[in-house]
Amino acid sequence: MKPVSQPPRRFPIPILGIITLIMFGFMYFPILVLAVFSFNASRYSARWEGFSLQWYGRLFNDGRILSALQDSITVATVAVALSAVLGTLMAVGLAKYKFPGKSLYRGVSYLPLIIPDIAIAVATLVFLATMAIPLSLWTIIAAHMVFCLAYIAVVVSSRLATLDPRLEEAALDLGATPVQAFLKILVPELMPAIISGCLLSFVLSMDDLLISSFTAGGGANPLPIEIFSRIRTGVKPDINALSVLLISTSALLAFLAEYVRYRGETRSQR
Amino acid sequence: MSTSTPPSPSTLQPSPPPAPPPRRWLRWVQPLLLLGPSGLWLVVLLVLPTLLILDLSFLPGLRPGAAPPDYGLGNYLQLLNKTYRDVIGRSLGFALITTTACLILGFPVSYWIALKSPKRWRVLLLIAFVLPLWTSSLLRAYAWVSILRPTGVLNSLLSFVHLPTQDWLYTEVAVGIGLSYSFLPYMVLILYASLEKLDLRLLEASADLGATPLQTFWKVTVPQTLPGIAAGSLLVFITSLGDFVVPELLGGASSTTMSRLIYNQFLRVRNWGLGAALSMLLILAVSIAIALLMKYGDRNATKA
Repeated sequence: MKPVSQPPRRFPIPILGIITLIMFGFMYFPILVLAVFSFNASRYSARWEGFSLQWYGRLFNDGRILSALQDSITVATVAVALSAVLGTLMAVGLAKYKFPGKSLYRGVSYLPLIIPDIAIAVATLVFLATMAIPLSLWTIIAAHMVFCLAYIAVVVSSRLATLDPRLEEAALDLGATPVQAFLKILVPELMPAIISGCLLSFVLSMDDLLISSFTAGGGANPLPIEIFSRIRTGVKPDINALSVLLISTSALLAFLAEYVRYRGETRSQR
Repeated sequence: MSTSTPPSPSTLQPSPPPAPPPRRWLRWVQPLLLLGPSGLWLVVLLVLPTLLILDLSFLPGLRPGAAPPDYGLGNYLQLLNKTYRDVIGRSLGFALITTTACLILGFPVSYWIALKSPKRWRVLLLIAFVLPLWTSSLLRAYAWVSILRPTGVLNSLLSFVHLPTQDWLYTEVAVGIGLSYSFLPYMVLILYASLEKLDLRLLEASADLGATPLQTFWKVTVPQTLPGIAAGSLLVFITSLGDFVVPELLGGASSTTMSRLIYNQFLRVRNWGLGAALSMLLILAVSIAIALLMKYGDRNATKA
């Protein structure tokens, strides 16, 4: 974090370094506040009243939270697993073939990443209502797959762009079937990107509030919906504890994803 | 879900080269297997639903379960009322303020990480700054409730240093802070990609020729990174315009935004027609921003 000792060319004192430090503080201060209050014995977490693990204990005995967590993990796991296959196939197809309307196809595949969640959420709700499809855990999974497969395809595409296409051609020349060439040559090469895309879209799916809210039936209750309904009315100490656990897990998975992707890229450059 | 059979995307026809019939049929199979399933999914769960919303937006005051009214522009005309004009204006205002704040706060950070920090730490510093983006936006907005509420951390700190306390929670100030906090990492990420490519020799040349640091900044650095600035600003504008969680948790009843209004029209008031028109308006605004992004933005920066 120390500013680099370069000859003072532009600024005599490291103003930029200090601003950066302050902004790092800005990014992590709210998370730190949550963490501190999650260990606070006070019910209202306005002032510090001693260290306590009671909110964490209460969390693990809270049946609603645990079943909501289970719903969220089910949705994220199924949506990501299916999207990993579809998204990878799509990225490979887009890299391989030229066809009329390809840029339209590609453009539509980017939309879930940039169109506001609320617009996607209401559209999915209206569609499901029009088709008279009852809302359930499966409708959440179907809706989550839209942004999961888009995300995985983007990560895999950027990896594909750096690969040598001659590798697959060589395999085909040597008598491999297209399926063999795909599974034995392409997929291993793409694995870091696929894993990284899966981890990131898993995190996105676990954190999604809006699309789940609009596609969840009465029986399904993913974690963000449960959290949202509890914190609308103010600060809840047990949700502080839950936040700390969820934020650390998400950050860990995202860091792992970046690490896998970074390692994959440096390895292929050697 | 899979029982409904929508038309398969017409975008999937590969250019048919003159080949004998059986071979030609085979040529279709591979691209169809690769691109078909995702294409189908996107068409059924994204394109068709959006077209459906467009259709609904022309049904004035449509409610689920009620008989559909005649087609008309009623919903859009209703959006011209002062109440809804205010909401739309407020959303655009929040997005503009957030974009400006992120640009001012994010530029020094990206500049320092990209050009001044020790080289081996750069990627790690960038990842560390952007990491909160991958954690739940709901929980990060919630964290600000603990800070900004009347008995919260901010007021404890302010009264500790004998400054007047602030009652910012459930005001537009809180929404501005929350949105800037949420989307600052996007700006830093994209500006970094742009600043990293900055030709340092130009900065040195400018300084050697007698320019002050400020002159060098405005005449060399800013023009060189303009595509990155455009890309970052448009991306922050788009995401903050459509955000729901921050204005919902940190803004009071007086800070209704377009996304909150859409949410209420669909889940509470159940005026689907009006909600659909608002949703189309939001999509239109975002599409304009995307078009500008493609035209002026730094292509390589947004890819990351």
